[in-house]
Amino acid sequence: MSAETHTGSKSVMTPFNIVAGIIIAAGLVVTVLRFTGGLGAVTNLDDNNPWGIWIGFDLLCGVALAAGGYTTSAACYIFGLKRYHSAVRPAILTAFLGYALVVFALHYDVGRPWRLPYPIFVQQGYTSLLFEVGLCVFLYLTVLFLEFLPVPFEWLKKTKVRNILVKATLALTIFGVVLSTLHQSSLGALYTIAPSKLHPLWYSAYLPVFFFVSSIAAGLSMVIFEGTLSHKYLHRMMDQEYQRHHDVVVLGFARACSFVLFGYFMIKVIGVAYDNTWHYLATGYGTWFLIEMLVFVALPCFLYAVGARDKNTKLIKWTAVLTVLGIVFNRFNISLIAYNYHLPSSERYFPHIMEIIISVFIVTIGVVIFRFISTRMPIFYEHPLYKSDH
Amino acid sequence: MQRRRFLGLMGAAGVSLAASGKAKAAGKEFHGYPGSNAVLFDATRCIGCRECEAGCQKVNDLPMPEKPFDDLTVLDQKRRTNSDNFTIVNKYDVGREKPVFRKFQCNHCLEPACASACFVRAFKKEPNGSVTYDASVCVGCRYCMIACPFEVPTYEYHEALTPRIRKCHMCYERQLEGKLPGCVQACPKEALTFGDRDTIIKIARERIRTNPGKYIDHIYGEHEMGGTSWLYVSGVQFDQIGMRDVGTTSAPELTAGALAAVPVVVGLWPVLLGGIWAVNKRKEKIAAQEREEAVKNAVAETQEKAQQKMSEALTKAEESAQRRIDNEVKKAVDEALKAKEEEAKGEGEDSKQDEGEGA
Ligand code: SF4
Ligand code: SF4
Repeated sequence: MSAETHTGSKSVMTPFNIVAGIIIAAGLVVTVLRFTGGLGAVTNLDDNNPWGIWIGFDLLCGVALAAGGYTTSAACYIFGLKRYHSAVRPAILTAFLGYALVVFALHYDVGRPWRLPYPIFVQQGYTSLLFEVGLCVFLYLTVLFLEFLPVPFEWLKKTKVRNILVKATLALTIFGVVLSTLHQSSLGALYTIAPSKLHPLWYSAYLPVFFFVSSIAAGLSMVIFEGTLSHKYLHRMMDQEYQRHHDVVVLGFARACSFVLFGYFMIKVIGVAYDNTWHYLATGYGTWFLIEMLVFVALPCFLYAVGARDKNTKLIKWTAVLTVLGIVFNRFNISLIAYNYHLPSSERYFPHIMEIIISVFIVTIGVVIFRFISTRMPIFYEHPLYKSDH
Repeated sequence: MQRRRFLGLMGAAGVSLAASGKAKAAGKEFHGYPGSNAVLFDATRCIGCRECEAGCQKVNDLPMPEKPFDDLTVLDQKRRTNSDNFTIVNKYDVGREKPVFRKFQCNHCLEPACASACFVRAFKKEPNGSVTYDASVCVGCRYCMIACPFEVPTYEYHEALTPRIRKCHMCYERQLEGKLPGCVQACPKEALTFGDRDTIIKIARERIRTNPGKYIDHIYGEHEMGGTSWLYVSGVQFDQIGMRDVGTTSAPELTAGALAAVPVVVGLWPVLLGGIWAVNKRKEKIAAQEREEAVKNAVAETQEKAQQKMSEALTKAEESAQRRIDNEVKKAVDEALKAKEEEAKGEGEDSKQDEGEGA
């Protein structure tokens, strides 16, 4: 590991550490306020708007963007695309951290966080789609943990345990895809219960399908996006294997993502046709909807295709950013903007600064942990002891 | 368009699944407990006196508001229920000489969205019609608030550690004691009528029929969201007094499709994915075999070539060796012959030679 020579001499007061430190300090202050004053003390939530950005961003976007875990490992282990092998570890690590942070973020949002295990262990509300989400997230977090475990075990040179876990890869991957399919789609299905509150352009009986398909696009784009960031900042950690495959992964994922976005666009159109909501397109919400569909779905679909054809990795990377923003845009539209569209603007929700602080705080924690792990453990390189043993 | 039909995740399988899901939902359709109670609110009778609010506050031990209940100026603003008020009355100016008042509280749905949405089953539709809430299991996720189409459940946002959902429970305990709900008892104008739901619907129809022109022909709550235990009649369109058209599909029916997809995913996905994996594995195996064979062939070929080369080299080497031997022999013979010749020649001048050599 050549990293030590780089990190060893650095002081703690890097710009990254300073900014992260400030954010974390602010987050801790708000945390105290939240758990002493209740949700009302730090959020703009009210009886009409019970879910704000902690659900819209931390949960809905968090889970969608962590979809890189199941998409990458499925591509590699199930669809046999071995050339994506180098992308699996970073994707699994991101997904694991992503889900762990989603659960962490929920502790702020729900009223009695220590009761979060209740729906699973005390009294099960089977008729609730939120129950399905909760159960799947809980199980999938366990699966991701098991999928990630070989990394620390390699780091600690515990070969035996590590080998047992590696043998379970296929089963874990299939289990992971099943669980992801379920909860990615049921996040969308959460809103099928409220047809009178969600704008007809976004409400659809197909919401579960929309959420599932778009999560694939989100996952693939996040792998590209994050790969680019890591390339920039963690280059020193990457072995030749990873570097050699990086462009292959990027091109392959871009092509796949272009297809997925195309399919997504089509089923969204079918959704509009099925509910016959064409006439809403001429309204203000219609414009907003068209922006979502054209700028954040059709455009990246096209750009990915061009990028893959011309082997233009730069274009692909920017398209990944656009797609990720598109997912956030879509989840915000459903959970915040098109939700409660019938209310007058004075009764609508806008996040409180402290809500934003907590969301930024949680993302920062994620980045700090990702950096900590990937600069110490075999994420971007293969451990010399376990080389090409897959 | 029917939204409840959720075409499953996978083409044909999904379609048949949605159909069966629908059939199941229809079979389980629930029209409320027989003989369960209901309350009729008559907007033509309500005078906005807020006595019902005061009554509710009293029987539920809720904190008294800043302004007393007989201060009717609060009616000038649109209000909603909150964690300290389970019911409120709003005033609507509908362009007539007199405003219309409408009471608002939990509608006690026959198939409550809140109960269907709650992931710990904190809500329960009771046989007497009430929808009750159990704070001892509530996690505080507020999904019930998202789900309720009437925006009823409220939350104790300023409670740090033990926030509860708050809403009207149709005076469940009082009903068990044979008493009227607090608001019904307090109403001086008989704008509220309590009784079993079937009778209440009959009364409502009767009022509409026998007072031509006074009411619009719609009992709000008879079918809304699959039916509710709180029913409304009014002289103006309901959307004019803040009651939205929420459709007639009940909450469980709205989510039945998505829930029915779960077993399909759990059942089919592993088979499908396992199959894909197996196919790929097989492809890989065949590819590996082919590769192996190719390698074998290549090895065999090179070996053959090498052997040939070797034998060629060997023959060459043999040849050259032979040549060398021949040469050597020839040389030796030549030398021997030469030596003999010289010997013969030298015998004559032997002495001379010896001298010369010695010097
Ligand atoms: S009105 Fe809302 S809170 Fe009351 S029973 Fe119906 S869904 Fe539940
Ligand atoms: S807030 Fe409480 S009652 Fe409402 S859905 Fe969540 S757990 Fe159930």
